[in-house]
Amino acid sequence: MELLDPTSEQMPEGRQPLPRLSNIEGAVIGLLDISKPKGNVFLDRIEMLLNEQGAITKRFRKPTFTRVAPDTLRQEIAGSCDAVLEALAD
Amino acid sequence: MTEITLVVKQGCETCTLIEPIMGQIAEHFKLQVICQDTQDFPRDLPVEFDASLEQSYRLRIEVVPTLIIRKDGIEASRIFGWDVAAWEALLGIQFKSDLPKFRPGCGSKTHDPGMQERLAAQFAGHLLSARRLNFENVDDIEIGYDQGWSDGLPVVPPTAERVMRMLAGTRRQPDEIIGIVPPDFAPCSIEKIAINAVLAGCRPEYLPVVIAAVEAVLEDQFCMHGLLATTYFSGPMVMVNGPISRAIGMNSGGNALGQGNRANATIGRALQLVIRNVGGGRPGGVDRAALGNPGKYTFCFSEDETNSCWESLAVEKGFSSEESTVTVFAADGMQGLVDQKSRDPESLCRSFAAGLRVIGHPKMVQGSDAFLVVSPEHERIFREAQWSKQQVKDRLLDLLMIPGEDLIRGAGGIAEGLPEKLRGAVLCKFREGGLNIVRAGGRAGLFSAIIAGWGASGSTGSVPVTRQIQP
Repeated sequence: MELLDPTSEQMPEGRQPLPRLSNIEGAVIGLLDISKPKGNVFLDRIEMLLNEQGAITKRFRKPTFTRVAPDTLRQEIAGSCDAVLEALAD
Repeated sequence: MTEITLVVKQGCETCTLIEPIMGQIAEHFKLQVICQDTQDFPRDLPVEFDASLEQSYRLRIEVVPTLIIRKDGIEASRIFGWDVAAWEALLGIQFKSDLPKFRPGCGSKTHDPGMQERLAAQFAGHLLSARRLNFENVDDIEIGYDQGWSDGLPVVPPTAERVMRMLAGTRRQPDEIIGIVPPDFAPCSIEKIAINAVLAGCRPEYLPVVIAAVEAVLEDQFCMHGLLATTYFSGPMVMVNGPISRAIGMNSGGNALGQGNRANATIGRALQLVIRNVGGGRPGGVDRAALGNPGKYTFCFSEDETNSCWESLAVEKGFSSEESTVTVFAADGMQGLVDQKSRDPESLCRSFAAGLRVIGHPKMVQGSDAFLVVSPEHERIFREAQWSKQQVKDRLLDLLMIPGEDLIRGAGGIAEGLPEKLRGAVLCKFREGGLNIVRAGGRAGLFSAIIAGWGASGSTGSVPVTRQIQP
């Protein structure tokens, strides 16, 4: 039986994640708030812990949690940070 | 140079009737005779037996006999059936016979039941670009499960024949890309929608509705990506307005929100299968729903416009009642609302408001939108009192202004709630434009339905989208 493929037929190329940072002292860590309640509370605490260990932190915020981050925001994070932490929710 | 093609079949009485004049045509023109059912008819002329019907299909023959006149290789005119005056005028020949003046033709074999799609799959298969997958020694219903195409229920195997038949339901080209489907951001063609409509069990005439529904959910303001990914209950609901809903036999009456109507059942399902198969959105993958709702299999109905005293939702949105539209809404399941005692609009509005007040959570405001589906027996109460839909909506929104002290955290012994600073505020349950009223349902039963929406509405989440259906 011959059938037509109902899927997108996409074959995304697998990508390896970047290597983990060996040392966070002096590294720039982005902190992304997705705009859900209390994301800031979580990130405030994470930021404090990172700063204590010598990391430089930069805060970012998605306009709304319901949509993917805009390209410009992703590019800004990628261009200015060594790593990023995302606070998912509630 | 003039060339004549004559398409006939021996089993057609009109074709056998005109056999004597075929030779006379051949004396004047270069005549090609194509016969659909035998190589022996007509007896005295060379015949091309069109056993596969490819020639007849490519010539788009609907009736035999059909006479086609080509000048310098280009079709100049065609005529079908037998009309002596018309044939003589077209060919410039005086026929030497005493044939009757007129006889209608017979149906072409290309139009036997099921034949068009079979021929389309065979001879127009180049219009399809989807990958073809071959399976051997497997149960054809199990393939859909094995391949991960199913929503949990059996799917119809998408053969090329079935897909070509489905595509006959729209005038749009199979390779037209209508948008990018989340979460994989995959381009979606009319052909891919047609394949998934086959899986869902749609009839071809439903396809324009499915296409419009897919286009509607892909509009940015609908926020399909977030709706799929949310832990909330919601999924896309489809409501159809306008003539097409009646033409394809959708149910807006008894059990409109329930099972049993093929169009209602399969249109909503086809939309979900497009999200699953083209977009790659699957439960446990990007679909993170904590509970989901049964409407995520399918949730589609039409508004009862013919018996309503109110303008339809589509008319409210600026479309004419002669236009066919789909409206998509990020919906949870439905909540029944029973009121068998109210006989005046004020009392019934208070009942509706009490039900609407608690959607999502009694303390949640400006979160979910809602569709209030008013049944005929409830609508009658407003009809008799001559209340317009806008009056009902205005009264409900008045009744849904809620004091902050009832909404703040801790109120009523419930930790959930709004910040303390809103204690003195008065807040409306719904954002502006968030309450929609439509009419559907069977004639008996003082019951209406509330269809609550995703907790993220408006610009932070999803806005209902209404879109015209193109043929």
